[in-house]
Amino acid sequence: MTNQSKEGAFYQRDRGWHPPAYTPPYKTSVTRSPTKALISVDSTLSEIAGPVFNQNMLGELDNDMIMNFAQPGEMAIGQRIIVYGKVMDENGKPVPNTLVEVWQANAGGRYRHKKEGYLAPLDPNFGGCGRCITDEDGNYRFRTIKPGAYPWPNGVNDWRPAHIHFSIFGSGFGQRLITQMYFEGDPLIWKCPIVGAIPSKEAVECLIAPLDMNNTIPMDSRAYKFDIVLRGRRQTLFENRMEGL
Amino acid sequence: MQELKHLKETPSQTAGPYVHIGCVPNFCDIEGVYPNDLGDSMVNDKTKGERITVTGTVYDGTGTPLKDAMVEIWQADAEGLYPGKDPRDQADPNFTGWGRKAGDYDTGEWVFETIKPGAVPFKDGRMMAPHITFWVVARGINIGLQTRMFFPDEAGANAQDPLLTRIEHQNRVSTLIAEKTGDGAYRFDIRLQGEGETIFFDV
Repeated sequence: MTNQSKEGAFYQRDRGWHPPAYTPPYKTSVTRSPTKALISVDSTLSEIAGPVFNQNMLGELDNDMIMNFAQPGEMAIGQRIIVYGKVMDENGKPVPNTLVEVWQANAGGRYRHKKEGYLAPLDPNFGGCGRCITDEDGNYRFRTIKPGAYPWPNGVNDWRPAHIHFSIFGSGFGQRLITQMYFEGDPLIWKCPIVGAIPSKEAVECLIAPLDMNNTIPMDSRAYKFDIVLRGRRQTLFENRMEGL
Repeated sequence: MQELKHLKETPSQTAGPYVHIGCVPNFCDIEGVYPNDLGDSMVNDKTKGERITVTGTVYDGTGTPLKDAMVEIWQADAEGLYPGKDPRDQADPNFTGWGRKAGDYDTGEWVFETIKPGAVPFKDGRMMAPHITFWVVARGINIGLQTRMFFPDEAGANAQDPLLTRIEHQNRVSTLIAEKTGDGAYRFDIRLQGEGETIFFDV
């Protein structure tokens, strides 16, 4: 048979780099972690292919969380920031036209969710969701307010560092990833059991967005840069193995 | 020695309990930002193929349903082609191939309305049995879990499937076979841990 695609199988995930499933200091993981070994299989077309999203599905304010839930003439309260970056793969190749979804707490550390009980108030002008699709060079950008830190039930006094959740699709379903972005200089990062599930400091650093003064808008918003790396693809050259071999 | 210039994949973090806000905001009453929740509908009146429903619940190691899980599925159309950019041919334009559901707040149950997928070839040209790829995230899941659902009425194809046949513990394969509960109705429960732990893939 011939090549199925110019887009090859994904590099195997480095499972020692990602957080393992079972991380007891993050208590909820204890009963939600598989105990049997994962079955490792080279990517098939089911992972190499993936859903495609088009720019035309986006609304004008989808990447503007300061405005997309606000009443007319109002804005979300908080420190105004721009979060931008590039989605690429492990080969450094940009991943264009991929959907990036984000969600976060408001400036006081409160989520707009019926199961959320923190006493910090809701902001009537902040919903907490945003999305965009990367451009031809893999770039994305959105505007929001800096989320607050908040306490959560794990230990009796555990606090999440300020963070923004990211969901990224990539160009194949095998690249699907959810992660969290943290902010440069936040001392809570190194005390958090969820961050601590990541085995190495080097890997944690990949989730910390630096302040980028060059991309701020003077007298308006500061900027944080958050690049995202998805699994790389093998080249399919030399992979024309005959059926049955 | 020269350096390899590969980058490292961004480390995963849990989706947390409020994944709904970003991924299915209308489901959690954040209305007016997006017109609908992505992945809520996979089919329309013109979609080709046998209509099916796939219902399930994700259970933790104590047998408790997860009420904050989000499940995504990805599958071929009735002809075995993937929507989007399948290199072989154009898939059914009336089928998205991708669905996303949050578990019910009270029961944890989710239901996908879709079509039965056709078979898709393995890289060596053999056909894989019809299957639906699942991806599960939730609070307490540090990295999304990948698995596959197969069909109980495809016993012949399942017995030849390149993935199913390579699994050493054949007594676990049943965790990947849905249960037929009615005409076009399937149940596929996912057990994260313990007795009947679902097989998860690193794929």
